[in-house]
Amino acid sequence: MSDAAREFEQELRVESPAREAWRMFISNNSAIVGLAIFTLIILTTFVGPLVYTVDPFELVWAPLTPPGEEGWLLGTDYLGRDLVAGLLIGGQSTLAVGAAAAVITITIGITVGALAGYYRGWVDEALMRVTEFFQVLPPLLLAMVLVMLFEPSLTTIAFAIGIVSWTSAARLTRAEFMRIRELEYVKAARSISASNARIIWRVILPNAAPPLIVSAALSVGTAILFEAGLSFLGLSDANVMSWGKLIGDNRPAILAAWWPVTFPGVAIFLTVLAVSLIGDGLNDALNPKLRRR
Amino acid sequence: MTEEPLLQVRDLKVHFKLGKRGLFGEPSFVHAVDGVSFDVAPGTTFGIVGESGSGKTTSALAVMRLVEATGGSVMLGGTDVLQLQGEALRMARRRMQIIFQDPYSSLNPRVRAGAIVREPLELLDVGSPAEWDERVAELFRLVGLRPEQRALFPHQFSGGQRQRIGIARALATNPEVIVCDEPVSALDVAIQAQILNLLRRLQSELGLTYLFISHDLGVVQHMCDEIAVMYLGQIVERADRISLFRQPLHPYTWALLSAVPSAAPSAKGGQNRVRLQGDPPSPIDLPPGCRFAGRCPFAEDRCRQSDPPLRAIRPGHLVACHLVSDDGKAPHMEAIEA
Amino acid sequence: MAPPLLSVRDLRVEFDTRDGIIPVIQNLSFDLHAGGTLGIVGESGCGKSMTALAVMGLVPGPMGRIAGGSIRLDGEDLVAAGEQRLRQVRGNEISMVFQEPMTSLNPVFTVGDQIGETVRLHQGLSRREAVNRAIEMLRAVGIPAPEKRVHEYPHQLSGGMRQRVMIAMALACRPRVLIADEPTTALDVTVQAQIFDLLQDLQAETGTAIILITHDMGAIAELAERVIVMYAGRKVEDGPVGEILGQPLHPYTKGLIRCVPHLEADPPVERRELMEIPGVVPGLSQLGGVGCPFSPRCSESRPDCNMMPVEKAGPGDHSVACWAVSEAAS
Repeated sequence: MSDAAREFEQELRVESPAREAWRMFISNNSAIVGLAIFTLIILTTFVGPLVYTVDPFELVWAPLTPPGEEGWLLGTDYLGRDLVAGLLIGGQSTLAVGAAAAVITITIGITVGALAGYYRGWVDEALMRVTEFFQVLPPLLLAMVLVMLFEPSLTTIAFAIGIVSWTSAARLTRAEFMRIRELEYVKAARSISASNARIIWRVILPNAAPPLIVSAALSVGTAILFEAGLSFLGLSDANVMSWGKLIGDNRPAILAAWWPVTFPGVAIFLTVLAVSLIGDGLNDALNPKLRRR
Repeated sequence: MTEEPLLQVRDLKVHFKLGKRGLFGEPSFVHAVDGVSFDVAPGTTFGIVGESGSGKTTSALAVMRLVEATGGSVMLGGTDVLQLQGEALRMARRRMQIIFQDPYSSLNPRVRAGAIVREPLELLDVGSPAEWDERVAELFRLVGLRPEQRALFPHQFSGGQRQRIGIARALATNPEVIVCDEPVSALDVAIQAQILNLLRRLQSELGLTYLFISHDLGVVQHMCDEIAVMYLGQIVERADRISLFRQPLHPYTWALLSAVPSAAPSAKGGQNRVRLQGDPPSPIDLPPGCRFAGRCPFAEDRCRQSDPPLRAIRPGHLVACHLVSDDGKAPHMEAIEA
Repeated sequence: MAPPLLSVRDLRVEFDTRDGIIPVIQNLSFDLHAGGTLGIVGESGCGKSMTALAVMGLVPGPMGRIAGGSIRLDGEDLVAAGEQRLRQVRGNEISMVFQEPMTSLNPVFTVGDQIGETVRLHQGLSRREAVNRAIEMLRAVGIPAPEKRVHEYPHQLSGGMRQRVMIAMALACRPRVLIADEPTTALDVTVQAQIFDLLQDLQAETGTAIILITHDMGAIAELAERVIVMYAGRKVEDGPVGEILGQPLHPYTKGLIRCVPHLEADPPVERRELMEIPGVVPGLSQLGGVGCPFSPRCSESRPDCNMMPVEKAGPGDHSVACWAVSEAAS
């Protein structure tokens, strides 16, 4: 009897799909490493400046002071600005642009993909032609044009990145919607007169979410690289420090001094690596085919 | 059956358009369901049996308004379900629910079992929110699940239990008609019996009317009071359960019955057996005449020229075949005697 | 009687899982004679497909392995044979037809290439000879216009045609044993009947022995001469098909037969309830206990069932593993 009771108890130990995925995620070593690096970067860039209060634009010492000399941990850049302050404050805007661009990417992508995949027919035709239009334009060029048309600011840069990179998210969403809309639980929802909006957002989207979450995580990395690329080409807000801007500003001095471009480069590399590791971890955790039963 | 039918399907048609051939070509149509008519008396089970591509599932989905019918009418107690829109359709859906084939894809994996069963109550405004929890618990008990299991997710149930959840969901709004679309074909043999017995018990306790779709003749014989045999979108024979199996009139029905392997040791030996050649043709671009003519061992010229109408040989026994005489002599009967 | 063509003795297959080592097949023994047909029935998860894979030497490694017993083909123990020898045996002396003809054929090769590959591999035929053999096999399995079909791709064929191609592939090397794992489950009943006839005709012509794996007692009645009923990786009953269907002894066999609504030519007006087997098949982690695995679902369960019942000979050529039965039979 106690056996049966125990079995009963076990069966009732409710584990939601999300919790199960989380358990898978934290048992994945590389995902944990990624999460640790990412958390560290967030903490450093957002808490660090509260402690280390040097202005990243202030000319604090002689230009191109090597790291460690005269008490400047990472040295100074070609204008004599403190690189530690630049990395800390610049990290904030780089991460913010990356996150905002990812949100924009995934929002446009999901909306377009969901409508096309759910309604099919002419809606699908029209939205897919638009998607193809954006796909064939060279993304960096289009982003440059967009940023130049408007003032380069964090907002316009985030939007420009979002607008040039939503297409793959849209295609992914559309494919998932086309698959799930044929499943019987969607028919079941229709048989009780669920509205189209309810079926799209409350029935299909949660089930399409796993690959979209992975894609969103990875697009943060892509957006950070994109921002760095634009800044490198000089398309950045002159009044806001960022990692890309540090690299771009110091580019002419690269042969004289390695450090002003290397440290922000390493920061970008670590962030993108961490985001990719998290994305891969999420993929493994959310992909039911890999999940042990 | 003199009782007023609860569900009256008349000349139901579902045609799907396929892509055009070439830029200016004529679009071709799949005649998935092509003029299907039947009545279902309250408290009885009407079965539709057929092979893949026969249109049996499409008919059921069209009755439920889950695929758009091209023509015809579906009268549910005096109102044509196919004409309803918006609020009126929502009200009609309380009276008509469906049980799906695949218990693995018919339950949303991200929703708890209790919420799945509660959803029809919420969306179709049945009762007050205060009553919903009690009603869901009652439904769980009714289908043989424990009310405590409401908090579980679908993947924590076995196939049979999942189908019970599907049945509870269909029962939630106290419907009069339940469409059962192959409700046991995805289940293990030993579990099928549990579900079939449950469906029969619920029918007698709640007075339910079933529209029962299956490819399994044994299951149909056990469950249904009246049966229609479909072939390529049309009903080829319709009769009550006893007549259809004792005296199949259409050569297709006869071939279908004789193709079922029998586990009864006495029936082994293979006499009186017919083997159809080939597969059922696709319902695209159908040839003129009887749709079965291409595979029928008795087909004559007239079968390939004109489409046989569904006509009554005896009251309640209808068949669509040129070769069945008015006094109920079917071609295969002579073949057996010969 | 001639020695059996295929003789399986005390087969044990184990799997490593996170719950430890689990025996998915235990103490399984059976014989298959040349030209004979053996049916293996049971619910999904009873070990019937794993038995087929074990005979083919295809137990999925590294988690799974044959942990004991022997599988002798004409006296040669395949369990002890190396991978090289097994490759010669597979597809040549023992071949297999799977349930899903859609996913068992490679969509990027023509059916002729796929049939031809087996014979080129095993019998060293040239490309042209292989195509001719493929056409010959397609004709043998009743595919119309084989000269044309041989150059078609799987997606151009219907489900029944694809299953015929699978059978043609399996039989191309004239194997001595053909294992058919649910060969008609995905097919319509009229097509199923054609495939059954085909298997019987081919068997009569070539003398191939067949192992038919299915959950359908009707299919067993149609094709098999002997039946093994499996439950939770063990054989619970074994005998000639007429006896198993006519006088089943094990409560599980009785349940399997009576829980299905069989088609009757003269159906009674009154319909009785179907017999139910309560509960579900045990999961992997519940395998390998000491008691009878069926006892939790068994209506005739008794205290003895805490111990594994021994296999007892019943009437005639019939054996059963059940405490309740062995007493009644003696």
